[in-house]
Amino acid sequence: MANAKSKEQVINPIGASFTRNDVYEKVTGTAIYTDDFQFGNKLLYARAKRSPYPHALIKRIDTSKAEALPGVKVVVTGKDFPNRIGLYLQDKTIFATDRVRFIGEPVAAVAATSEEVAMKAIELIEVEYEELEAVFDAEFGASDKAPLIHPDLDKYICPNFIFPKAHTNIANHFKIRKGDVASAWEKCAYIVERSFKIPHIQHVPIETHVAVAQMDEKGKVTVWASSQSPFAQRNLIAHALHISQSDLRVIAPMVGGGFGSKAGVTMEAVPVALATKCKGWPIKFILTREEEFYTNFVRQGLTIHVKVGCDKEGNLLALKNMMYWDGGASTEYGTNVTRAGGYSSSGPYDIPNVETDSICVYTNHPIGGAYRGFGMSELHTGLDQAIDELAEKAGIDKVTFLKKNGVSEGDVLVTGMIMHKNGIQECIDNVAKSLKMGEKEKPSSPDRLRGKGIAIMWKAPAMPPNPGSSAWVEMSEDGNVTVGLGGQEIGQGTFTVMAQMAAAALGVPYEKVRIAGPVDTQYSPYEWQTVASRLTWSMGNAVVLAAKDARRQILETVAEAWKESTEDLDIINGVVVSYKSERETSLENIVIYGMPKENNEGWTGGPIVGRGSFMPKYVTNLDAETGQGPRAVVHYTVGCEGLDIEIDKNTGTIYVLKGAASFDVGKAINPALVKAQVEGGFAQGLSSAMFEEIKLVKGVMTNPSFVDYRIATAPDMDFPLDTPFVEVPQDDGPWGARGVGEHPMVPTIAALGNAIYDAIGIRLFNPPYSAEKIYLAMLDKGLVK
Amino acid sequence: MTLKTITLTVNDMVETVDVPQNMTLLQMIREKLSLTGTKNGCAAGECGACTVLMNGEPVNSCMVLAAECEGANITTVEGLAKAGKLSKLQDTIIQAGGVQCGFCTPGMLISATALLKRNPNPTDTEVRSAIVGNLCRCTGYVRIVDAIKMAAK
Repeated sequence: MANAKSKEQVINPIGASFTRNDVYEKVTGTAIYTDDFQFGNKLLYARAKRSPYPHALIKRIDTSKAEALPGVKVVVTGKDFPNRIGLYLQDKTIFATDRVRFIGEPVAAVAATSEEVAMKAIELIEVEYEELEAVFDAEFGASDKAPLIHPDLDKYICPNFIFPKAHTNIANHFKIRKGDVASAWEKCAYIVERSFKIPHIQHVPIETHVAVAQMDEKGKVTVWASSQSPFAQRNLIAHALHISQSDLRVIAPMVGGGFGSKAGVTMEAVPVALATKCKGWPIKFILTREEEFYTNFVRQGLTIHVKVGCDKEGNLLALKNMMYWDGGASTEYGTNVTRAGGYSSSGPYDIPNVETDSICVYTNHPIGGAYRGFGMSELHTGLDQAIDELAEKAGIDKVTFLKKNGVSEGDVLVTGMIMHKNGIQECIDNVAKSLKMGEKEKPSSPDRLRGKGIAIMWKAPAMPPNPGSSAWVEMSEDGNVTVGLGGQEIGQGTFTVMAQMAAAALGVPYEKVRIAGPVDTQYSPYEWQTVASRLTWSMGNAVVLAAKDARRQILETVAEAWKESTEDLDIINGVVVSYKSERETSLENIVIYGMPKENNEGWTGGPIVGRGSFMPKYVTNLDAETGQGPRAVVHYTVGCEGLDIEIDKNTGTIYVLKGAASFDVGKAINPALVKAQVEGGFAQGLSSAMFEEIKLVKGVMTNPSFVDYRIATAPDMDFPLDTPFVEVPQDDGPWGARGVGEHPMVPTIAALGNAIYDAIGIRLFNPPYSAEKIYLAMLDKGLVK
Repeated sequence: MTLKTITLTVNDMVETVDVPQNMTLLQMIREKLSLTGTKNGCAAGECGACTVLMNGEPVNSCMVLAAECEGANITTVEGLAKAGKLSKLQDTIIQAGGVQCGFCTPGMLISATALLKRNPNPTDTEVRSAIVGNLCRCTGYVRIVDAIKMAAK
């Protein structure tokens, strides 16, 4: 007993910054991504024929010349795949059928023995179009003057929380009517009214989209994909092809960055369509970097008109938001972005009177999809900058203004939901302290102007009311634990965090836990999607339940063998101990073979397999006219960011001196991973704030390369970034944890805009805040000559 | 397409490979030698995911024709660990937490390895400019820079 393993020093897995469990493979080049699978000589290469027009009718497609080209195995067009699919609004087909709606939309595809042949074949496909008038502006698109992009919108299927308007381009109109906004304006001492236009941007995972599909002779399909959503893809692609979900298997290895772009279904359906006409052959489809920029999901553009008012003391009284989302050619996912923008439209402020119209509009632009914290960066860019001005107008220090109006426990939110306990006050304090907000500091040179900006945010997981998670826990003879799960490791570190949770719930050291990967819909338990910062909370709950289930089975086995009660038993450091008899046994062998009962009475136990399943059951729909209901979302994560910057008067260049970001994560299961998420998200937010814009001219993206679409590089991030986190526990989160993957890029544009305003006294309404824009604004205002 | 036979050294192994005239070094490494650790992020020399050492210098392998590599000495990410022992930089990037999705990691490690070879004690600015051509979308570069500085110590 003296040297028992149960007494060895063991690190509590919860709150420990273990190194990632996928990292050895990633630093040695042995981690397997989709394009790394070997398919042998039979592999075919797919290319898509894409629309050169933003809006046109397809009059004729002739594929005969392509089909005759040696090396071409199969050519497909939209006529064979008429089923509409979509995660929320079913408005999309795999290929355009009768009309094209954006430049880059696939109209046909080929599979050939080499990339070169496939590209040649694409050139040989003849498509005759009749161009139609196009829509390039969401506000115009919503008007009755605009040509219809989806004339059959009234026939599309969608869930009952999406509100399309038949015979218009409005795919969803989400409304909030809380309190009495009209009369509240009279009580306001100060009012600010502003309009912002936030451009389309791209996720830019360094790994472009790639999928390989193969159909066997019996008609079963296997897809290997770089994917955040293997199960959603199984469901949607099966639906598109009229096959059973269980006949479609998705294998999803490591993902080289997702940020929402690899959620739902996009290009993955193309190789599957080809595979159905070419049984037995694996077909690979990989997007070029140019295709990645505009043929797949982008972050949709937003025009937001915001009017906000407060009383003399600075208490927010009223808010009116008019949001036009440039949803693009399909809004199957964008309708829910619009919805999220609507039900969170007050931001993390306590405002009694709110009126919001969040309108998702079809345009002939690239398709808007989920992008890290969708709807929230866009919304907060407008709202937090308007509020910055309102605080100034009211003559109240900005930090004080935010703290006064920040949402707190018991507040009636914009949807009527009651706010839970949260740490927004501490988040604001952390940032204010880190940046010495309110203290005017000198610039480093007379050529520079210095400013500080702060902005707060909130975000709820944006999803249907009932997205499920499940997990299993198995063990091997050596006592090691394998966790089966269906959420994806996309870089955020979820496999590591899940291993930590399983270790803690079971009572074994972290090092003993493995994750069963890659996620494979044939073996892995169901997970809705790896989106919405929901895994730590939702999949975490399922993993904990599975681990506890396994633990119960182990304790029951030992209790029966020892003729003791499970209440006297515990598992510590991978050893079952009895507090009553002080006996112990290691988990080795007993988790497979069970245990002999005493007195030769036979055996007890057997292979241990724990199961866990979690689904939120308390989210309710909201009233279509008022957006009010008991519980709009599962919970909100709140936070605050700030920037201390200098601006060069001669060039308009921004130099960041320091950044600070603080989020209430409930509980940091792995503090180093939390900080890494915050750093990366802050950088992505700052990159979008300073550089990023999909430049669209009549539907053409004019900058689809890294030369013309710049993202932040290492020298751009050359400043200290302070990331203290706050831990106010979530009532139904594992150890109180809630998600933080998306949140760090939400308030960054607003924080930078507020810092620029503090530095130069000019408000900029059209991010990105490039040096050129800043310089021209300073020139315009006579700040420089 | 005519094939050219080239002989070169890859990760200390002499390889003789038949390559089409238009095949890039990146394609040769991934498809002919099955060294899939080197990644393709843009095929245009803009993202740095495919960086390898060619005669000790970092190059975008998507911008080099394999046919021109006769006699070259190539190091890919698979060649950084020796006899199962990670290089110091591989070790520090793990300790610092400089890996997320991992897709830029191979190219990043190669660029930083080249930096530390020519400049064992780089400044913060020198570290950042050495990896300016290696795009990372996950980390904000914070812990990657930390890792390179830790390895320099």
